[in-house]
Amino acid sequence: MLPEEISKFIGQSIGVVACEVEKGSIKRFADAVDDPNPLYWDEKYAAKSRYGSIIAPPGFFGWPVKLPRGMTFQRPTDISDPPEATENMRVALAKAGFGRVVDGGIEYEFFQPVHAGDMLSAKSMIKDIIEREGKTGKMAFVIIETAYHNQKDELVAKARATAIYR
Amino acid sequence: MAKQRYWENVEVGGDVTPLSKIATTRMLVKWAGASGDFNPLHYDAAFAATQGVDSPIVHGALKRQWLVQLMTDWMGEQGTLRKFSCSYRAMDWPRKMATTMTPEEGETWQCKGKVTKKYVEDGQHYVGCDIWIENGKGEETTRGTATVILPGRS
Repeated sequence: MLPEEISKFIGQSIGVVACEVEKGSIKRFADAVDDPNPLYWDEKYAAKSRYGSIIAPPGFFGWPVKLPRGMTFQRPTDISDPPEATENMRVALAKAGFGRVVDGGIEYEFFQPVHAGDMLSAKSMIKDIIEREGKTGKMAFVIIETAYHNQKDELVAKARATAIYR
Repeated sequence: MAKQRYWENVEVGGDVTPLSKIATTRMLVKWAGASGDFNPLHYDAAFAATQGVDSPIVHGALKRQWLVQLMTDWMGEQGTLRKFSCSYRAMDWPRKMATTMTPEEGETWQCKGKVTKKYVEDGQHYVGCDIWIENGKGEETTRGTATVILPGRS
């Protein structure tokens, strides 16, 4: 059983981050993956495609777990509701002996393409914290859910990320 | 880009066209900058040692993005990636650089997939796949699933 100092974070919002999806960021992202898809690189090509302009690869808005602070996919242009809960949860987990964190995985649902120039807002919450006994001792699985909306207020994607604290 | 794939031409049990990748320390630096994940676990050897991973490891999210590319390459431009998931089962270590641009000899990773189902729902043509990454020894270090919508011939 997780102590109250940790379980109290379940259900807490960890903030909304708004970011502009910049063309240059898309290219740097595709370059880092070594993905030559012209939809991310070639404006003329993208203009003639079904998308009409350069799009971001699915998963571009890929790091919804803002742990520790500063780990957003771009420098946010606007942050409301600062993610203090995340930082406080991290401290509480470290105190309880879960001082190390690794990325456990992610689940995405994609609803709309994301174009260069879109303004995305990412709203995240701590969905669950589950304690498990692993091969190397106790682990705490922190599930963060994020909903991404664009400037037209369309839901473009949902993500469910798992961070493993041990 | 590969030529367009159509739903009618996909068979359950068929392979997703594999994609080879080589993780290098250089690639990890580029990924950190591009993704904004500046966790020193991925570039600081002394810090990595304190985290019990020997030396800096490949970002899970970079492996995720390799698998996204596996699917977007395979489905073609008229395809849509609708759902995607992966979990990181084992750690991977990047190749070190031999020169400014060239990595040392070492592991090559293979991103692979298999079609597990195809169905039509609300007039859309869906294909479900199991996807995974094998390290240089053929061990699976990342595993997941993907659901894509493909165009139909009719």
